[in-house]
Amino acid sequence: MSSVVRVVPLVLKQLLRSPARSLLTISGIAVAMFLFGVVESMRDGVKAATVATAEDTTLVVYRENRYCPFSSNLPQFYGDRIERIEGVAEVVPMQIMVNNCRASLDVVTYRGIPSETLEGALDDGWTIQDGSIAQWRTRGDAALVGEALASRRGVSVGDRFTAAGVSVFVAGIVESDAPQDRNVAYVHLPFLQESIRRGGTGATVTQFNVKVNDPLKMDEVASAIDTAFRHDEHPTSTRSEKAFVGRAARDIIEIVGFASWLGWGALATVFALVANAIVLAMRDRIRDHAVLQTLGFTGKLIGFMVLLEGAILGLIGGGIGAFAAWAFTKIGRFSMTMEGLNIEISSDPNVLFVGIILALLLGLLAGIVPAWRVSQREIAHSFRAV
Amino acid sequence: MALIECRKLSRIYYRGTEEIKPLDEVDLDIQAGQFVALMGPSGSGKTTLLNLLAGIDRPTSGTLTIDGQGIHELSRSRLAAWRSEHVGYIFQLYNLIPVLTAYENVELPLLLHPLSSNERHQKVSAALDVVGISDRHAHYPRQLSGGQEQRVAIARAIVTEPTILLADEPTGDLDRDSATSVMNLLETLNKEHGRTIVMVTHDAKTTKWADTVLHLEKGRLVEEEVVS
Repeated sequence: MSSVVRVVPLVLKQLLRSPARSLLTISGIAVAMFLFGVVESMRDGVKAATVATAEDTTLVVYRENRYCPFSSNLPQFYGDRIERIEGVAEVVPMQIMVNNCRASLDVVTYRGIPSETLEGALDDGWTIQDGSIAQWRTRGDAALVGEALASRRGVSVGDRFTAAGVSVFVAGIVESDAPQDRNVAYVHLPFLQESIRRGGTGATVTQFNVKVNDPLKMDEVASAIDTAFRHDEHPTSTRSEKAFVGRAARDIIEIVGFASWLGWGALATVFALVANAIVLAMRDRIRDHAVLQTLGFTGKLIGFMVLLEGAILGLIGGGIGAFAAWAFTKIGRFSMTMEGLNIEISSDPNVLFVGIILALLLGLLAGIVPAWRVSQREIAHSFRAV
Repeated sequence: MALIECRKLSRIYYRGTEEIKPLDEVDLDIQAGQFVALMGPSGSGKTTLLNLLAGIDRPTSGTLTIDGQGIHELSRSRLAAWRSEHVGYIFQLYNLIPVLTAYENVELPLLLHPLSSNERHQKVSAALDVVGISDRHAHYPRQLSGGQEQRVAIARAIVTEPTILLADEPTGDLDRDSATSVMNLLETLNKEHGRTIVMVTHDAKTTKWADTVLHLEKGRLVEEEVVS
């Protein structure tokens, strides 16, 4: 076993037996890494909701120049015409109702759909976590609630909950890979239309979700749909689902983009905290290091000990902060909703690992200069300096 | 052949353009098993000579050979390795690491040697026994008296069984009783354990434990006195 390994417990003892310094440094790093982790989770959520992939097949047909579900009204019979357009595989008319049209962390979004189109309305990769589709089909006021929404609202199968004046019975909880499906409540279209009819809108829907046969023909089909309704009373604007989310939630995306600077700031804070702790410790230990050198420790070995100390501080603080951020987003199940569209704050374990690795690297980086300086010190000079 | 051989050993510092020569062409032989006291007024070069013998400072000119090894020609890293094997250094202010217990302080030099933890434990226990402080092995330096701290420092210096023991005013910070106790301990290490000791001291009373007293003035050896 080399002396490099044998000095590791010595470094740990130095950290453990200076508890105030270690705890303050680790706490600071943990807070900064928590902030970084949450910001990264938000960025991941935006990316997942808005960046197109080769597998995307869903288009959203919305009323042209409308930006809120309250103002987008399309005749339901448009669905039949859309279905006849070449390249369209399936059309689901959808009535959207939200309890809050502004950006918020807790918005309830209802999607009213014909009961026979449920399977088509849900994105691929869904399962019923609790309850059943059969129960949903048998009750007019039934809702299939996304797991994130159910968790946020604390509802389970058999409960009733009310939002935006619409009271529904929870017939099932849906688990899904798609953020939109995890954060909405699917209800029967006639039920939702009836609930909204107080304003007398009749058989209209907010939007159509259109599945295309070929992902490569998304733009072509979108263009064909908009061309078909260009001269109608209710012209349409059709985009891929992710582009639709990106447009509708651009304010959120801008805020999240700005927040990413906070993430970089948090990393800079981690660097500054570790560097500060190490520099102060080195100043306190000039004599100790001179003693170690007198005993035969080489400058390189002492430099390694300094680097290791920075890495351990970064690793522990970063680990705590990143884990706290991951747990916070995992338990909180937050999603940012705007105009009835959801951007989930992701709780991807990758954020945890990236946070820990970055904190470790920053800890090492912060220790490099002090370690190099310590390794170059002359013993006699160090003794004269204290 | 002497254990320690200094030939025209000089050390020069520069403070701005001013040349300071704390050690000026010193010739010196110390035999194995000797207990040598270095005396002289402040600035006479005692500590500089001790630091050169310890390999923690380098001569500007001249040669220094210890146990057949030319110390002046070793690289920085080889000098560190040489120190860990051949030198035990006792400081005036003990210089124990404050966050380590007495046991852990004594164990420090052994971390550089390829020993198992069991072997290290045996050596540390033996060193603490020799200095009579085994019962305080779990105490931190702040929990020890000055005399006890110096005993721990001596245990740390002898735990690797070095070729030479160097002491820089080892009783300078101790009361009379503790100083006597420490000097008796050094004498035991010299007489019974055969350690070669070079000690810097200001205190003429402590020279009675040495067998040779070397007087330095202005960087030069001016007198060698054999204590009867």
